[in-house]
Amino acid sequence: MSEPPAVEVADLRVRFRQRERVVHAVNGIGFSLARGEVLGILGESGSGKSVTLRALMRLLPDNCEIDGRIEIGGEDLNNASTARLEQIRGGRVAMIFQEPMTALDPVFTIGDQIAETVVRHEGVSRRDARRRALELLEQVQIPSARRRLASYPHEMSGGMRQRAMIAVALCCNPSVLLADEPTTALDVTVQIQILLLLRELQRERGMAVIFVTHDVGAAVEVSDRLAVMYAGRFVESGAAGDVIRHAVHPYTQGLLAANLHGAEPGTRLATIVGAPPDLSTLPGGCSFAPRCTHATLACAAGVPAAQSFGGGHVAHCVRADSLVRPDMPSP
Amino acid sequence: MNGSTTLPPNRVDRGGPAQPLLLVRGLKKHFPGRRRLFGRGREMVQAVDGVSFSLAKGATLGVVGESGCGKSTTARLLLHLIRPDAGEIIFDGEGVGESHGIAVRDLRLQMQMVFQDSYSSLNPRATIADIIAFGPRAAKHMHRRQSRERATHLLEQVGLQPALYAHRYPHELSGGQRQRVNIARALALEPRLLILDEAVSALDKSVEAQILNLLFDLRRELALTYIFISHDLNVVRHVSDRVVVMYLGRIVEAGPAAVIFGEPRHPYTQALLRAMPSMDPDRRSTAPPLVGDPPNPIDPPSGCRFRTRCAFAEAVCAAVSPELGRVAGEHEVACHMMVPGSGHSRTGCGQ
Repeated sequence: MSEPPAVEVADLRVRFRQRERVVHAVNGIGFSLARGEVLGILGESGSGKSVTLRALMRLLPDNCEIDGRIEIGGEDLNNASTARLEQIRGGRVAMIFQEPMTALDPVFTIGDQIAETVVRHEGVSRRDARRRALELLEQVQIPSARRRLASYPHEMSGGMRQRAMIAVALCCNPSVLLADEPTTALDVTVQIQILLLLRELQRERGMAVIFVTHDVGAAVEVSDRLAVMYAGRFVESGAAGDVIRHAVHPYTQGLLAANLHGAEPGTRLATIVGAPPDLSTLPGGCSFAPRCTHATLACAAGVPAAQSFGGGHVAHCVRADSLVRPDMPSP
Repeated sequence: MNGSTTLPPNRVDRGGPAQPLLLVRGLKKHFPGRRRLFGRGREMVQAVDGVSFSLAKGATLGVVGESGCGKSTTARLLLHLIRPDAGEIIFDGEGVGESHGIAVRDLRLQMQMVFQDSYSSLNPRATIADIIAFGPRAAKHMHRRQSRERATHLLEQVGLQPALYAHRYPHELSGGQRQRVNIARALALEPRLLILDEAVSALDKSVEAQILNLLFDLRRELALTYIFISHDLNVVRHVSDRVVVMYLGRIVEAGPAAVIFGEPRHPYTQALLRAMPSMDPDRRSTAPPLVGDPPNPIDPPSGCRFRTRCAFAEAVCAAVSPELGRVAGEHEVACHMMVPGSGHSRTGCGQ
C-alpha cells in the first residue's frame, strides 16, 4: 500500500465534561476509509454518529476530550496546529449538514459564499473564484445557475439550498466529504435527487464520503459499506449488502424491523424494547444487553470483541454465532 | 373492553356501521398571502382546494403527500381549528356547524388530534396527570378525583406506569414517552376519531415502532378510527386501510392501501413510490423519478396541478382540471389519462 487511506481512525473516544457528570458519546471506534469509498454510519439519536463526524473535523466545544488517532490522507490531525486545521477544514475535508438554512450565511449571496471560500483557501482572484462558483452551481445541477449566483439562501427552495450547500462544500475539491443527515429534512422526491447527485459527484471526483444518517433507506442508496452505531460504538459493520441482508447483531436486526423492512401491513411490529442507555453511566459489557432478547450472563462480562463473518462483515456480539440466520452464507 | 358497557353519550354509534364516520365534501381553504405588487388584491395560498373523501368506522385513512400539499391544513379544517372557506364535514350523519347538525364543541369531544411536536403540544408547567385530567374536567365537568383516576387509567393504557410518571413534567420525559402522553391526552375525552398529524415522524425508528404498536392495540381495544397523516410512505402503507394521495391542495389518487401501493395509476403516486429508497443495495435508483421541488401553492399551475412535473403532460392538462374519478372498485384517480375522450393521447393505455 503506497497510498495512505483517505481517513484512518483508531480507538476514537469522545467525552463531554458537564457539571456533575461525564457523557461518553463515542467509546472506541475505528475504521479505515479508502479513497473513493462511501461509508454510511447508521444510528439513532444519541448514538454518537454526529459527534464522530465533528470529531474528525475537530469541531467540538471546549468541554470535550478527544482520544484516539485520526489521520486524513496520512496526516495526523491530533498534532495539527490551529492554522493547519483551518486549512484542512473546507479544503481537504468538507462537511454538509441537515439544515442548509443554518449552514449558509443568510446575508450573503450563494455566489459570494462560494467565492469567499475559494479565495480564502486558494488565494485566487475574485474573478476566478466567481467563475469557479458558476461551474459548481452547474455541477450540482441548479437550474439557471448564472442567475442563482446572485440569490440569497432564503430565495431558494429546500432542495436548491441543499444543492447550494453541496456546492460550497465542494468548492476546494476536498478528498473527504462528511455528510451529516443531508437529506433528512427533504421530501422523498427531492431526497432521491440529492442522494443521486451526491453519488454522482462522489464517483466523478473519487471522494471518500462518510454519510451519517438514521434513515436506513438513504444509507443503503449511497453507501458501499455500512456501520451501525449504538451507544458510541460500532456494533456491526460490513459491505452494505451483507449488513442489510444478513444482519447478525440483534440491534441491527431490530432497527431493520423497525424500519418496516419486510413487515406485513396491519400487524404489530417486532420492536426493540426500552430506551438507549444513559451515556454518563454506560453498562460495563455490551451496551445493548439491557434491551436485548438474546442477552446472557456473558454479555455483561466485557465489551464484545469483533466476530468476523467474511468479506469484512463484523459484528460485536458474544452470541453472534448462534444468531446467524440460516439463509446466511457460512464464512 | 366489550361493547355492552355503557358508552358515554358522545360515543353512541348513530348511523350504524354502514354510515361513514366522516364524510368530507369539497373542503376548501385559501389563505391570504402578501399583497400583489402592482395588481389588485392579494396572493392566495390555495392550501386545500376541493378535498372530498369518506372514512368508514374503525378504518384507518392514510394521507400522504409532500410539504405544502395541504395534508396538515386538511387535519386542522376537520377539527375546525381553522374555518373552512367552503365544503361540508359530516360526522356520523350530522353536519358540522349546521343548524340541525353537531356543534363544533361537541365535534371536538369526538375528534381529537395528536401533533408532531410532542413537546410544544404539552403544557410545560403542568404535571403529566394534570395535562391528561384537564380535558375531562374542562369539557365534561368531571370532578377532580374522578378525572385523576381517569388520567391514571389512561397512563396505564398507553404503557406509562402512573406511579412513575403521573407527577413528572413534560421536560423530564423522552420524546417517545411524551408522545404517549399526547395520545393519552387525546383519548381522555373518549373520542371516536383520532387524527395523527405526523405523530411518529419526529421519533427514532425503534421508538416509532413502539408507538405504532401502541396505536395498533388502542384502535382495537377502543374501537377507534384513525386519520394518519405522514410523509413516510412505509409507515402509511403499514397502518392504513385506505390511502389518499395529495398534491398541492388536491387529492390526486385514493383507494385501498394495497391498490395504491401495488397498482398506482396517477403519475405523481407512481413517482412518489419510485422515489422511496429500495433498501436493497443491488436495486438502487439510477434516475430520480421527478426533478425539482414541489411548486409553491401560491398561484399553482392551471388545470392539473401536477402537469409542470409530469412526463405525460399535454395541452388538455393545462386547460382542464381533472376530476377525481373511479377507475375500478374503490380506486379513484384524478388524471386525464384515465378518462376516455378527455382529449389526452394516452387515454386507456393504462401506462
